[in-house]
Amino acid sequence: MSAATHKSGRAPVLVVFSLLVFAFLYLPIVVLILYSFNRDGVGGFPPKHFTLNWYRQLFTDGAIWDSVLNSLLVAAGAVALSLTLGLLAALALDRADFPGKSLFRRLVLLPLVLPGIITGLSLLMLAVSAGLQLSLLTVFLGHGTALISVATTELFAGLQKMDRAQEEASLDLGATPWRTFWRITLPNLKLSLIAAGLLIFTLSMDEIAVTIFLIGRDNTLPQEIWSRLRIGITPEINAISTLIFLISVILILIWYQIRTRTIGKEARELLERP
Amino acid sequence: MYSRTYKAIVSAPPLLWVGLFLLLPYALMFAHSFWLVRDGFLVHQWNLQNYAKLFQNPVYVEVLFRTMRIAASVTFLSLLLGYPLAYFMSFHAGPRKDLLYQLVIVPLWVSYLVRGYAWKTILGSEGVLNGFLQYLHVTREPVSFFLYSPFAVILMLTHIYTPFVFLPLYASLEHIPRNLIEASHDLGASPSATFFRVILPLSFPGLLAGATFAFVLTLGDFLAPLLVGGPSSIMIANIVQNLFGTAYDWPLGASIAICILLLTISILFLTERLEKRWSFR
Repeated sequence: MSAATHKSGRAPVLVVFSLLVFAFLYLPIVVLILYSFNRDGVGGFPPKHFTLNWYRQLFTDGAIWDSVLNSLLVAAGAVALSLTLGLLAALALDRADFPGKSLFRRLVLLPLVLPGIITGLSLLMLAVSAGLQLSLLTVFLGHGTALISVATTELFAGLQKMDRAQEEASLDLGATPWRTFWRITLPNLKLSLIAAGLLIFTLSMDEIAVTIFLIGRDNTLPQEIWSRLRIGITPEINAISTLIFLISVILILIWYQIRTRTIGKEARELLERP
Repeated sequence: MYSRTYKAIVSAPPLLWVGLFLLLPYALMFAHSFWLVRDGFLVHQWNLQNYAKLFQNPVYVEVLFRTMRIAASVTFLSLLLGYPLAYFMSFHAGPRKDLLYQLVIVPLWVSYLVRGYAWKTILGSEGVLNGFLQYLHVTREPVSFFLYSPFAVILMLTHIYTPFVFLPLYASLEHIPRNLIEASHDLGASPSATFFRVILPLSFPGLLAGATFAFVLTLGDFLAPLLVGGPSSIMIANIVQNLFGTAYDWPLGASIAICILLLTISILFLTERLEKRWSFR
């Protein structure tokens, strides 16, 4: 077949090009990790004198760990808030009709496509107008609100894939809507909820564009790194960045596995259906 | 099937929340853009001065155009890198597809700040790239123009948005029915004709989605110029940030932010219509 010759004829160029793109994507990450073990700082080539000192320094750096704790608090809160509201929003979009529904949908999703500075500054104005002191609370409100977009998208997709017959049966057999929600809807969405939660957690831990306008005296981790970048850079920042990278990768891979598993399950069910 | 109470209960909290924490803040931003600052105090006096200042001040207009140029470059380069990669993975990667896909996903979600910082350590005058060039004896003195230039901003943002552009592209290429391509070959079309007349048009929605994302997000970026850009690559959002900070003129800052917002929304609106029209062909 002519397609076959065409494929093998063109592939080498494409293979090389794709490898170069991958190299470009991974170059900064590799450099970052490599130089976190470099005794003589973040520059120069080749890196020499392997050391773990920067990690040692990192582990005794109180300010960093305070900021890690703050970030964990904010992220946990943001996950809880955005999953709750995102679930309700997804249910509303899926099942209810009300005036302004399409406007509501667009508004919920807006922080996903709008530059962070706009969402951040708008929320800053709200906080100032309401006389709210900037603190981790405002950061939490900002993350929680902006990330409803992610929760809604993921959970709406989950609802669309869900088998309606189960809910119908439950209601027909006399279960209250409340009971149906807890016994049927929620368990069916379990994987979507976990996937969305992981994603929101990772995004919140990394967030800076919105955070920068809502932060008070206590820094989140990215904010702490940001303020250190202005003073001067040491491989200690490489070390903490390497750790952030590793943790992100683990969370992202778990998220991805769950996602493909939900899709896989659905495909199987589709095949088993008569 | 769902009762009215059920619908009300699930709709009310998100509606209220979104009204209070998204709609109201955006409205506040809008209102601010028509107010002004006098003697360091915000005056709630409705006027169009801010918008007039915006278009009369050549600095703002110039920065806006620079921002659009940078956004266009980032979009173009991300497509240039992302399209062949997506094409390769969709048509030639074979059983390694899933692994490669995950390899693209990983940098996508890795901290923006971490990646920006990594570029800073690479491009600096005492950075890795300069060390490398001197090690190879290509240069003797450190080259200083890598960092703190529009080039650095474009490089960093291209690195960030290439995976973003890749995802919708890959999805749209995967959705092309393979028998269409076979049919094109069987009917005697050359490989390039097949690409330009079958594959490219069918992948257009993905291309558009990716390009929009890269363009719009670059348009409102202010961290890349601060991290790796320097004064010569100040972007429009940096001016907003400055007006909200040290320069303390919230109304003027809000008016620029509203312009970014309107620009973003009109681009999204436009591409959505374009995408719809294209998908129906």
